[in-house]
Amino acid sequence: MKVLSGFIAAAAVVGVAATASASTLDDIKAKGFLQCGVSTGVAGFAFTDDKGNWQGFDPAVCQAVAAAIFGDKSKVKYTPTTGKTRFEALKSGEIDMLARNTTWTLSRDADLKLTFVGVNYYDGQGFMVPKSLGVKSAKELDGASVCIQTGTTTELNLADYFRTNNMKYEPVAIETNAEGRTNYLAGRCDVYTTDASGLAATRATFENPNDHVLLPEIISKEPLGPLVRHGDDQWGDIVRWTLNVLISAEELGVTAANADDMAKNAKNPEIKRMLGTEGKFGPMLGLRQDWGLMAVKAGGNYGEIFERFIGAKTPIGLERGLNAQWVNGGLIYSPPVR
Amino acid sequence: MTDATQTHAPGTHPDLPPPLGNRGAIKWMRENLFSSPTNTVLTLLGIYLIYLAIPPFLDWFILNAVFDAGSRAECWERASGACWSVVIVRFDQLVYGFYPVELRWRVDLSAVLLAVALVPILFDKAPYRRGWFVFSLIYPVIAFFLLWGGLGLEPVESAKFGGIMLTVLIGVTGIVASLPLGIVLALGRRSELLVLKVISICFIEFIRGVPLITLLFVASTLLNYFLPPGTYFDLLLRVLIMVTLFSAAYIAEVVRGGLQAIPRGQFEAAMAMGLSYWKMMGLVVLPQALKISIPGIVNTFIGLYKDTTLVVIIGLLDPLGLSQSILADSKWQGLSTELYIFIAIFFFISCFSMSRYSIYLENKLHTGHKR
Amino acid sequence: MSAIEYQAPSFKLEDLWTDRRWRAIFVQILALAGLFAFLAYIVNNTINNLQTLGIETGYGFLNDPSSYDISQTLIDYDSRSTHGRATIVGILNTGLIALCGIITATLLGFTVGVLRLSGNWLISRMMYCYVEFTRNVPLLLQILLWYALVVHSLPRPKNALEPLSGIFLSNRGLVLPGPEFGSGSWIIFIALAVAVAGAIAFRRYAKRIQETTGKIYPVISISLSIIVVLPLLAYFAAGQPVSLNWPALSGFNFKGGLTLRPEFLALWFALTIYTASFISEIVRAGIQSVSHGQTEASYALGIRPNWTMRLVILPQALRVILPPLISQYLNLTKNSSLAIAVGYMDIVATIGGISLNQTGRALESMSIVLAIYLTFSLSISMVMNWYNKRVALVER
Repeated sequence: MKVLSGFIAAAAVVGVAATASASTLDDIKAKGFLQCGVSTGVAGFAFTDDKGNWQGFDPAVCQAVAAAIFGDKSKVKYTPTTGKTRFEALKSGEIDMLARNTTWTLSRDADLKLTFVGVNYYDGQGFMVPKSLGVKSAKELDGASVCIQTGTTTELNLADYFRTNNMKYEPVAIETNAEGRTNYLAGRCDVYTTDASGLAATRATFENPNDHVLLPEIISKEPLGPLVRHGDDQWGDIVRWTLNVLISAEELGVTAANADDMAKNAKNPEIKRMLGTEGKFGPMLGLRQDWGLMAVKAGGNYGEIFERFIGAKTPIGLERGLNAQWVNGGLIYSPPVR
Repeated sequence: MTDATQTHAPGTHPDLPPPLGNRGAIKWMRENLFSSPTNTVLTLLGIYLIYLAIPPFLDWFILNAVFDAGSRAECWERASGACWSVVIVRFDQLVYGFYPVELRWRVDLSAVLLAVALVPILFDKAPYRRGWFVFSLIYPVIAFFLLWGGLGLEPVESAKFGGIMLTVLIGVTGIVASLPLGIVLALGRRSELLVLKVISICFIEFIRGVPLITLLFVASTLLNYFLPPGTYFDLLLRVLIMVTLFSAAYIAEVVRGGLQAIPRGQFEAAMAMGLSYWKMMGLVVLPQALKISIPGIVNTFIGLYKDTTLVVIIGLLDPLGLSQSILADSKWQGLSTELYIFIAIFFFISCFSMSRYSIYLENKLHTGHKR
Repeated sequence: MSAIEYQAPSFKLEDLWTDRRWRAIFVQILALAGLFAFLAYIVNNTINNLQTLGIETGYGFLNDPSSYDISQTLIDYDSRSTHGRATIVGILNTGLIALCGIITATLLGFTVGVLRLSGNWLISRMMYCYVEFTRNVPLLLQILLWYALVVHSLPRPKNALEPLSGIFLSNRGLVLPGPEFGSGSWIIFIALAVAVAGAIAFRRYAKRIQETTGKIYPVISISLSIIVVLPLLAYFAAGQPVSLNWPALSGFNFKGGLTLRPEFLALWFALTIYTASFISEIVRAGIQSVSHGQTEASYALGIRPNWTMRLVILPQALRVILPPLISQYLNLTKNSSLAIAVGYMDIVATIGGISLNQTGRALESMSIVLAIYLTFSLSISMVMNWYNKRVALVER
């Protein structure tokens, strides 16, 4: 045992950065980067490019937060997490924030002690089936084999939905979206179910996307958003307001391209407050004065990020729908920076 | 004509060769393939099985395989066999993972140095073995800086490690670190000091009683609960520690078997000569015990090496993990068999050569008592 | 000249590491203190961490409804059942795969082991290739390979292969006609139990007769016929209560019958083929460990080859075979945890996977999984130690 502890001590020299945790922000500043949890890969939402760098709708939030802290969007390290490992990674402090398609629920808030700082995508659970099956409604799925990611809320919704409709099904448990895709295409399951956005993203990567249809039923509400752990409200505020700035920026017409100009010359004081040329809002959060400007310049405003990774012009082809700004009849709404 | 009628004086007849059925290939076949009705049936059955399995496999494997297509669709258009293009196109990734391209020479160099460092350990006829050993001893330090960077080399984070390089890294580290730990545990288990004995037994039995995968889960999910807040352990390091502890417990059992096989007289003689515990163990008992345990130790190493594939389940990108991300690429989807077979061949070559080496060593160290 | 006085040993500080007896105690106390410090450190950290994170601990969640479904359940289970019941489903699934794997791996392993020693060059070479290929490739890879083969290469349910009438093979697995037990089938089970008990009793009786008189009964064929005939008689006596439930394609999947899912099949094949290669080596080594002189002596006594194998070689070989064989069984059981790679719902996938995840009770769930494996392994190794002591050759 002495050998064992000696061994651990020796190993500790290699890869352990032990710091008494004063606050998450201080820790992040001390280690010089933000550790961000993402999914293992959902087209458009989180994926690695050819060089192995993480890109997508969810990593964009991490980059904005890193930019708000360091003024440099590249100071992020990513930890790919599965439905299974994500909460342990966050709770145990392995990652500072989790930005992946994670649904905001009461028990995750109150029982798992996690704080959802907002919603960056309003989603709902849907079903995808091959066209050749001729299925028109989820109510016709009695007896089907359903591919389902384990450890997700969709798994629970699915059980409830089939139970209330008095139908039977064979759950085929999978770990990652890639695995689900492979099994679905090979015909191991008749139906693939996950968030409708995820289904659209997955379908976009098929060779023949048109051979598959999304059924009309949306069986759940899935508000997806970034989250942090309980216990450090300052850190929660930072992530929350970085997200809010991205949303406000779209509403106020601030883009990555015109942000510098707007910060100096905008007439609207709200824009100036947000971009840090008026007031002391950055220091209130414990951040730099120009945090808002940096966050917007990192990847553009909410709308720009949406269009770049998952919007109608991308292969994913998602409409704004519920995720339009509130002024356009959607649910995306940011409290004022004041 | 003349031969047929030729006669010989008694005693001068030249030796005739054995009858045709009793020599060469036919004799061998009669003895080894068709010696009894059962054997004949078995042989025919075997030939039939080979006929069923081998030609279609060869067709798929080589004859109808495609090596230079750009996507799966192109492969399947051109031929019905395997689509090795996926392995060829993604070969670098399968070997290096996401290690930065311009720094890959460092991986290559550490692999070459590994081979150099292994020579004096594997072959005792190597020239200048003593000096060479010193290099083998400091090799881990060199490899550490080469792979992770530091000392002026650009640092590379372990999240970028992957592929066969990761397999070899985990395998070799586990092997090197677990042997001494295993020996200490085995000595602890055989110790007369009750406390040490109980601690060793508990540790060994706990580790051997649970599957490696659950230990890896513990390392990846629970370890942070056990450490002071804010401690951050690299995932790769956690895996290395767990793999080492795991195989150390198995090695301890193998070595214990070796220790038990040493006759009491050896201990008693060593003690009678006034040797201290460590001298007795180091000079008399362990050299004999380890020699007996070599096959078991190598088998444990092979097991450890194969078990490195389990790290894919907790999210490290070994060749299996990489093949899953390659399969997610719509260009190559559905080619799992090709990728798995490529990885299987890699593992077969490494593990088979290890087991051959162990047999060679066993024969070399076999000093007497051969039946 | 005064006699050399005996000096009472007085304790000096350096005795702690120079005197053997003191050193032993000193080292043990040090180790114990180190161990306790280490444990206290870990427990303290855990408690602190749990407090700062505000995480409650406790096993109460086992009584809450699990809310998720499981594809293969040996007992009644649905999404309203508790996490505790899901755990039991997982344990049973682990048990099922382990049992099936052990039976087939033993059969295959013994066959291959004996064939490798066969005088037939071709067969023994083929077996050698099989053993070397399977045991030098990681099991996880083999499981994935089999799974990919089943899921990608077999047709979909609509075009399922039907090698025998009523048996369907598709990428949803192997569907067999399943037995359906009507009322009165308990008689058959009782008859089976009686038959097995009878066979065991007969075997003992035959052994005693053989030991005292040398007369040999054909034990195997007689026991087998008892075990087959008695339940058959009961079946007809009870009015044929067992009927076969024929599967049929309806909608998406086959309904009725007995389904072996691809996850189960892949895991079963892979575990069988992998473990059998190790077992065959154990069997081969066991048979070879019996000195050839034993065979020659037995022949010299006029014992026929078959009986030599059964009465002389095997009993001696078994003593060498059994301990490593049982540890292979243990390995197979532990290896079945790789089920998680293909989504077979064993203990690691239910309580250690989905339940852990849906409730966030990581410490509790993992402790349950570890405890179950430990209980199983330790009880087996206790039995094994007892057996080892019993059969060990008694030497000086």
